[in-house]
Amino acid sequence: MSIVVKVEEKLYQNRYIVDESRPHIQIKSEEACKSCDRQACTFCCPAACYSKNETGGVTLVTDGCLECGTCRVVCQDKGNIAWDYPRGGYGISYKFG
Amino acid sequence: MVEKFDAIVIGAGPSGNAATYTLAKQGLKVLQLERGEYPGAKNVQGGIMYAHELEKIIPDFRDDCPTERHIIEQRVWLLGDDNYVGTNYRSEAFNSDKPNRYTIIRANIDKWWGEQIRKVGGLQICETTVTELIRDASGKVIGVRTDREGGEIHADVVIMADGVNALLAKRAGLQDEAAPENVALAVKEILFIDPELIQQRFGIKEDEGVVIEIMGKVTKGMVGTAFLYTNKESLTIGIGCLISDFKNGDCPPYRMLEELKKHPVIRPLIEGAEMKEYAAHMIPEGGYKAIPQLYGDGWMVVGDAAHFNNAAHREGSNLAMASGRMAAETVLELKAAGKGFTASNLAAYKKKLDDSFIMKDLKKYRELPGIMHGNKQFFGAYPDEITAAAHNWFTVDSVDKKTKEKAIMKAFVKRRSVMGLVGDAIKLVRAVR
Repeated sequence: MSIVVKVEEKLYQNRYIVDESRPHIQIKSEEACKSCDRQACTFCCPAACYSKNETGGVTLVTDGCLECGTCRVVCQDKGNIAWDYPRGGYGISYKFG
Repeated sequence: MVEKFDAIVIGAGPSGNAATYTLAKQGLKVLQLERGEYPGAKNVQGGIMYAHELEKIIPDFRDDCPTERHIIEQRVWLLGDDNYVGTNYRSEAFNSDKPNRYTIIRANIDKWWGEQIRKVGGLQICETTVTELIRDASGKVIGVRTDREGGEIHADVVIMADGVNALLAKRAGLQDEAAPENVALAVKEILFIDPELIQQRFGIKEDEGVVIEIMGKVTKGMVGTAFLYTNKESLTIGIGCLISDFKNGDCPPYRMLEELKKHPVIRPLIEGAEMKEYAAHMIPEGGYKAIPQLYGDGWMVVGDAAHFNNAAHREGSNLAMASGRMAAETVLELKAAGKGFTASNLAAYKKKLDDSFIMKDLKKYRELPGIMHGNKQFFGAYPDEITAAAHNWFTVDSVDKKTKEKAIMKAFVKRRSVMGLVGDAIKLVRAVR
């Protein structure tokens, strides 16, 4: 069974306080992503913040980030993700958790 | 002039709340810092709350704590492709006036904790991210730096309750990054539904609750589990696997969750419910061997940040509350004795943990994470064969029972070999003894 899941529809239910133009996670080197054979961040991130791009690298959009930390753990062998918490009060704001 | 407190607690989850409350109640000047918009804004839990540890801290919590349903029935299901084999335990004794377990909605509980902390004089400040520990020339932790202007605050002791990511300890070199096989990623949704339907579908009365813990085909052979819990007016459904397995696979967690929701035995239970939030969180799964250094000059670490989670029994929040309380009691005892918060004095915190169920249980299951990680058959081959065996056994088709027995045995042997079956049995015993 393989079904198409639109994660955006799930994220749409969540409350976010977006810190405009201050992403709390950054890819350190584009080149390192291009040489990464599996690019596991693109299928491990529960919010699909990472996607393969046309240059063979990975594009990161943190707006839907759930701040779980999985990408940092997944990428630790490459160490190519600079991961920080958003500024106080910003980011995901769980209503129920 | 930098403000100074007796203690700073970082984080407003179960462990930080327990520590802050315990310290404030005894009159200490304590500051709790939380990066979320409100307490609970960053927290995720299944969630089941165990009464016993909360009772130790706030004996009459039942008076106003916003719990959902008390649990009267526990189901454990092994899912096949379109079937399940399971066990249930239900008892009227769980309908006592002091129930042992409740389903909860995390954010409601954390807001309630915030009120309790204020009542006993603790200071809880939200929307403040702690960026680093401040240490003196000797390396002793003397305070924290935050992302607020002039955000330096000092304290005699700092308790890190900042959760599974534990960035502060990692940045300060007090802890290593978690290995992918030592942490799980879980995703979950909250589904709102008419309480009458919950009561009908699960065969329960108002306030009574059912929890279903799930293993099997839904994790696609990855080391992981799923769950379905009944709240008052909602259901929570979630699934999680080791990050090392997600990394080696190719199934995104949200697809796994969607397939769980569409599974023929799950779907009728959640049908018609409206999804209101989607959450993800890491869970420490490495057990005893993954526990980091727990204390040092001027600091202690508690809860998920200390990797306190009993994966085998799905207990986490009670270990969190207990460790937070023990850290606070260590502070109170040292202060009463006029002793400083040096590493050698704070070793008393470790002693308390060792003497408690926290370390005793984690030690008992110390081999479990490694054995599960290295033996995927427990999450792939066995669910397959056990559900197939049940299907064969319960299909009445004029095949004699002895032939059925033989076919079932043959299927197991074919899948695992005789030595494989024996080896798996030994591994399971080793994992839990």
